[in-house]
Amino acid sequence: MKIAIIDYGAGNVKSVLFALERIGYKGLVTDKISEIITADKIIFPGVGEAGSAMKTLREKELDTLIPKLKQDVLGICLGMQLMCEYSEEGKTEGMGIFTGNARQFPKPLKIPHVGWNQIRHLKTNLFSKIPEESYGYFVHSFYITLSDCTIAQTDYSFPFSAALAKDNFYGCQFHPEKSSGIGEQVLRNFLKLGN
Amino acid sequence: MLTKRIIPCLDIKDGRTVKGTNFVSLKDAGSPVELARLYSEQGADELVFLDITATSDKRKTLVSLVESIARVINIPFTVGGGIGCVEDVKALLEAGADKVSINSAAVYRPELINELAGKFGNQCIVLAIDANFVNGRWKVYTHGGRKETEKELFSWAKEGQKRGAGEILFTAMTRDGTKNGFELEANKILAQTLRIPVIASGGAGNMQNFSDVFLQTGVDAALAASVFHYKEIKLKELKLKLKKDGIAIRI
Repeated sequence: MKIAIIDYGAGNVKSVLFALERIGYKGLVTDKISEIITADKIIFPGVGEAGSAMKTLREKELDTLIPKLKQDVLGICLGMQLMCEYSEEGKTEGMGIFTGNARQFPKPLKIPHVGWNQIRHLKTNLFSKIPEESYGYFVHSFYITLSDCTIAQTDYSFPFSAALAKDNFYGCQFHPEKSSGIGEQVLRNFLKLGN
Repeated sequence: MLTKRIIPCLDIKDGRTVKGTNFVSLKDAGSPVELARLYSEQGADELVFLDITATSDKRKTLVSLVESIARVINIPFTVGGGIGCVEDVKALLEAGADKVSINSAAVYRPELINELAGKFGNQCIVLAIDANFVNGRWKVYTHGGRKETEKELFSWAKEGQKRGAGEILFTAMTRDGTKNGFELEANKILAQTLRIPVIASGGAGNMQNFSDVFLQTGVDAALAASVFHYKEIKLKELKLKLKKDGIAIRI
């Protein structure tokens, strides 16, 4: 299986690569369109600021490529947020794959929302074998509103989207690559989708 | 519900853990990688590695160590010690660290916080503050607590937050190594006045100390070293106790 990890200068690619290694898969870190379109599965990670990350994606023409992909794509954290319609962070348009917008957590909540929080109302095979109220590791200041694409939610004084899905596109707000055994199961599930 | 975090801290020198540990199950008790693996299996929520090697030459050892740790453990970790510029941070994050903690360099050049937060995002910048209670004031110290500065804990923490720090790691020098429990009053003020998470450090001696700091101060995480290294407190037992005390905790 060829797994492409999209590298657009927005952090944590190595963490994803190592997490795949731990569950017995090899990933390819790349920003080359030719490598991405020939992959069987695609992981789109991200840590950083939405506005500048989107700018880099445009420069690499990845913003038009990703929505057209037919393979399973998993966006993580900022990656997932960029696959939504709009982000208040950097007031930037996203790729519009998922319904929902990224909004900043309101006062007086502590920002970033960092640490382990429960995921619930789990839907789709991305959460196969994962019990309700399992813990995921989150670190983010903006959240995605609940929408028809929401397949998991988490409460931080109110519920927001912990994971999204539409057709062949998936997204996790938490970091499966850092979420202990539960996170590794999410990655395994993603790689087994469609098999 | 967002849970409170328990964070074991490992001191590293020349790529090895400094304090001896008495984990019989470890093949190599001095190996940070082995110890990190053990802690993550036992339920640590995060880990902090503090490099006390000073020279830049040895720093390369740290980067390769960070990569070895990132390969093995499946929870987040922070690396600190002697970090002074954007390049240091870039190398550590690229090697697989999730966050870095900065201390002395930020005290002497506070703009460093803005630079790092701007480049890498607030979420991966932890501002570590060592402070001692002197003549009725919490004074900030640098260089591992050896050098007194003119800065005061609460105003410095606020400034750090304003400049873009994502978390504050406060070590109470009055408590560090005493095993008399965490500093409650100063942690309470920090937790109530800051809008970013606070990690309490210094003074952990028994399980009740952790319960007290969470229930009485509102901090988001508690860090300790020797009580875990010497198995005086077992992570699993600690987390069960905290849950029983009504604290949100990941079991």
